[in-house]
Amino acid sequence: MNYLLSLVIFSPIFGAIIMSIFLRGESEEADRNAKLLALVTTIATLVFSFFIIAQFDPSISDFQLVEEYEWILGLKFKVGVDGISVPLVLLTTGIMPLVVLSSWSIKTKVKQYMVCFLFLETLMIGVFCSLDLVLFYLFFESGLIPMFLIIGIWGGSNRVYAAFKFFLYTLLGSILMLFAMLYMWFVAGTTDLPTLMSFEFDYSPMNLLGFEITGGIQTLLWWAFFASFAVKLPMWPFHTWLPDAHVQAPTGGSVVLAAVLLKMGGYGFIRFNLPMFTEASFLFQNVVFILSIVAIIYTSLVALMQTDVKKLIAYSSVAHMGFVTLGIFSMNQQGIDGAIFQMLSHGFISAALFLLVGVVYDRMGTREINSYGGLAVNMPRYALFFVFFTMANVGLPGTSGFVGEFLALAGAFQVNIFITVLATSGIVLSASYALWLSRRMLFGEITNQRLTDITDLNSREKLVFAPLIIATLLLGIIPMPIFEIISYSSESLVLDLLAEKNQ
Amino acid sequence: MLQIILFAPLLGSILAGLAYKQLGERLVIIFTIGLLFISAILSWLVFLGMDHGEVREVVFFRWIDSGSLKVDWGVRLDTLTSVMLVVINTISAFVHLYSLGYMAHDPNWKASEQYRPRFFSYLSLFTFAMLMLVTSNNLAQLFFGWEGVGLASYLLIGFYYKKERANKAAMKAFIVNRVGDVGLALAVFSSFFMVGSLNFDELFSAAPNLAESQIRFMSWEFTAIEFLAFLFLFGAMGKSAQLFLHTWLPDAMEGPTPVSALIHAATMVTAGVFLVCRLSPIMEYAPYASDFITIIGVCTAFFAGTIALVQSDIKRVIAFSTCSQLGFMFAAAGIGLYQAAMFHLFTHAFFKALLFLCAGSIIHSMHHEQDMKNYGGLRQKLPVTFWSMIIGTLSITGVGIPLSYDIFHLPLGFSGFVSKDAILEGMFAANRYPSMVSFWFLLLSAFLTSLYSWRLIILTFLGSHRGNPEHYANAEEKSKTINLTLLFLSLGSVFAGVIFYDVFLGEHSKEFFSESLFVHSSNHILHDLHYIPYWAKVAPFLAMSLGLLVAWLCFYWRPKLPVALALNQSILYDFLLKKWYFDEIYDYLFVKPAKWIGSKFWKIGDERCIDGFINFLALNLLPKLTTYAGKLQSGFIYHYAFAIFIGLSAILTYILISLGQ
Repeated sequence: MNYLLSLVIFSPIFGAIIMSIFLRGESEEADRNAKLLALVTTIATLVFSFFIIAQFDPSISDFQLVEEYEWILGLKFKVGVDGISVPLVLLTTGIMPLVVLSSWSIKTKVKQYMVCFLFLETLMIGVFCSLDLVLFYLFFESGLIPMFLIIGIWGGSNRVYAAFKFFLYTLLGSILMLFAMLYMWFVAGTTDLPTLMSFEFDYSPMNLLGFEITGGIQTLLWWAFFASFAVKLPMWPFHTWLPDAHVQAPTGGSVVLAAVLLKMGGYGFIRFNLPMFTEASFLFQNVVFILSIVAIIYTSLVALMQTDVKKLIAYSSVAHMGFVTLGIFSMNQQGIDGAIFQMLSHGFISAALFLLVGVVYDRMGTREINSYGGLAVNMPRYALFFVFFTMANVGLPGTSGFVGEFLALAGAFQVNIFITVLATSGIVLSASYALWLSRRMLFGEITNQRLTDITDLNSREKLVFAPLIIATLLLGIIPMPIFEIISYSSESLVLDLLAEKNQ
Repeated sequence: MLQIILFAPLLGSILAGLAYKQLGERLVIIFTIGLLFISAILSWLVFLGMDHGEVREVVFFRWIDSGSLKVDWGVRLDTLTSVMLVVINTISAFVHLYSLGYMAHDPNWKASEQYRPRFFSYLSLFTFAMLMLVTSNNLAQLFFGWEGVGLASYLLIGFYYKKERANKAAMKAFIVNRVGDVGLALAVFSSFFMVGSLNFDELFSAAPNLAESQIRFMSWEFTAIEFLAFLFLFGAMGKSAQLFLHTWLPDAMEGPTPVSALIHAATMVTAGVFLVCRLSPIMEYAPYASDFITIIGVCTAFFAGTIALVQSDIKRVIAFSTCSQLGFMFAAAGIGLYQAAMFHLFTHAFFKALLFLCAGSIIHSMHHEQDMKNYGGLRQKLPVTFWSMIIGTLSITGVGIPLSYDIFHLPLGFSGFVSKDAILEGMFAANRYPSMVSFWFLLLSAFLTSLYSWRLIILTFLGSHRGNPEHYANAEEKSKTINLTLLFLSLGSVFAGVIFYDVFLGEHSKEFFSESLFVHSSNHILHDLHYIPYWAKVAPFLAMSLGLLVAWLCFYWRPKLPVALALNQSILYDFLLKKWYFDEIYDYLFVKPAKWIGSKFWKIGDERCIDGFINFLALNLLPKLTTYAGKLQSGFIYHYAFAIFIGLSAILTYILISLGQ
């Protein structure tokens, strides 16, 4: 039996335990050691996760590297990966060292901060690897706790409100999912994901409180899972926690939130809603399409009017996730490949954008767009990176942002032309808010006197951005390695969907 | 060789952009210019050595692979591409050379600021993107180049990033272009949807079938190919600044003048024309879309011409002139005369780049004064510029010997004469229904072209100086590279038409374009245009001469006349001066509503409705929870977290177990 996945999942928590046992005191040295230890742990995890790729055989669409153990109370610990989860695991392990590096300027409770992030990393990887319903739920929900703490303790002035909003929203969403899971276990008699995926949930119409429900119990289950993932992703109209959470979260928190946590929602749709409740997915395809369109257009317009940089980027994330749901629910290979790719790419790009905001926030202590302007004069390198990621964010071909959006839209076009026309108009809106942002931040004369001696990126900061730039460009120009990993799994998923549709 | 042509500019761009600190400013710039000249020379070799009708395809590696959607990075070299290679690399090389002098001492920057390598890096980046656009063998890569040139254009228009107007213009250019790009993107998606491939070859061979099939969009039925053609057109209109999507072009003049010459005159804006010609196999089966191109082209030619009459900023006059000439090219492509569209694109690149660079030379000598009201009498001060600009003007207005084709079987005249008259003759000969009206409107536009071009010459070079006497006294042509560039482009403006007439429109045209332009068997326009009445052949020349006469009358002989006219007809004058109020209308129709809706969505949709609802739900929960919040900050975080973690798992397992049994 292969222990690789367990190793990757539990390395961060192992580091966290070591940190909390051996690092005592509040001295500066202890803080430094905590940072270093966290960095070493996350890098080690990244290295371990490379072995996943090495051992992963992309020509098999089944789950691989599967581990299965008996766990407490008769529950099973079962993990495994397929082509859909491998990229997301790598995204997680790849982002975390950058998060630690970017948190070098944290001053308060450094050790606890790092412990939270390491816990979070374990939980996030766990979500993408779980092959058991209960295990998935545990990882999925407990991820809330460290994030809640990160926002609530190291956040901005209004952090408590934001933390609770974040917590309540996501928890309320997932309570429905919990009930659905209980029912599924009840009916199918197992919590094993691969078995559940091939299980047929009843979709004959049913009567509930006098209402006729087409799609029957599957509809209810579909909605229960949908609620949870839609909040997580987030989709309109469940998105309002995200801007608040981002604004209040410390830079590292925002990065993890945008880069990885949101992706759990998209992953959930692909892993649960599509294969388990296929009939219902087809039934509600247009509903999701409409919500996606609203997300793209509505939130882009809202983003246009923001005065807080982080809020603007948060709204832009919601709009980009609109392309993800559009792609997923196109339920053809281009759409699903595009959605996965968009999730990956957004992971890098949004991380970079939040890190860029963090750089000037560290120096100036404000997120108000109006207090900037003319940054390019003293920070040419910063301006270059900012424009680069702005362009990636608007989906310029040659960057990773393009490939995902392009495929998701190409997928949607085959299903519904009208919806795609509307969605494509989103690229005008994204260009509008993104370019207006960089114009207000970077260009023009310096008006704020405090900006006259602001310093350009230091070498630690450059080190953080370098891998993100490389990833964004490589995925934009040579995305084939990713397609090779994804394609067999997505292809078999699409074939299953089609088979069920044609029944 | 093709690889060198393509990637030399990219190499130059990277070097100039990233390595100038290590290698020194001077060195990287010289290197970049050198690379561009290598590219240009190789392009000419490729162009002249093309076996007629030859198509070469090179595939580099796979780009996108998702199910049946497969896209490669690759190039397709045919005669159409080779024409574009020559245009792009020649003009770009000369603009690079010119910029060496032009950007040497820019008053917008402090001496300590290293702005030059950045400028050259952007220029080369643009060239690379444009080359990718024209050499692509599939739609996705074309889109890459398409948006890439948009990026470079954005960066270069906003090059003076401290100037608010430049930033605004850059943003506007990118966003308006993106509106067109939506059309192109949708066209790419529908090609995949209808044909299952994005490669030109497969798309083109499917064209006859597409002409038979129908597609439903909302509740309308379209012929599939018309639907596709209209989407492509929409994209082409954005890039080529055709009517309704033209508003970014005049503002783009905020960029440094060499940029205007390269991007906003000779190359990028012609990408739309190139696209239409590249897609000739589709356009030939889409008569409605083709008529639409003609109408849009003619309207643009006329509309831009009227505006150019009253502008006083020298660059804006030339910008609207570009817009108008692009209209001519579109009109030609619309009637199936792709060869003439490409030919006019080719000659236009020379004379329009020349005009812009002359304007740049004037601006450079006049301390960055751009308003023609402050010019006058510069003929003695700037002789090289004066004579170059005269040549450019003779070319754009179409001076030549009328009926020379009928006598010598070769039209003799400046290059603009050769290509533009072919378009007008074709318009007369085309037997589609909008063509007669179009002919008269194009003739009128030719008259306008002549009028505003000569107005520019008269106001700038003749008469007495009206601006700052100090600027006038100091005006001189300092830079050798600028003069050299003007000389070379002047040669092109004079001779390009006569020399290349044969391959574009003459006897060898059919062979030359046999594989790259598709002409439907019912399309004989290239042949028919020689058999129109003599008066129609002479008409463009008369329109040009009339324009010259009127310009002479109004701006030299009786300069009070236009002033009186402007005062008399102030509504018309303002209408033209304000560019038909397009900017104001768009602001009112799109920009303001978008902002208004955005803030309403935010304040009412998000904050009042959605958050209001959530807060209402949480009203009972929050007070209880906030009491815990106090404890959060007291430390013991991971005890706390651990407690929640264990607690949650315990509750869950308990429920599961108890339900299961």
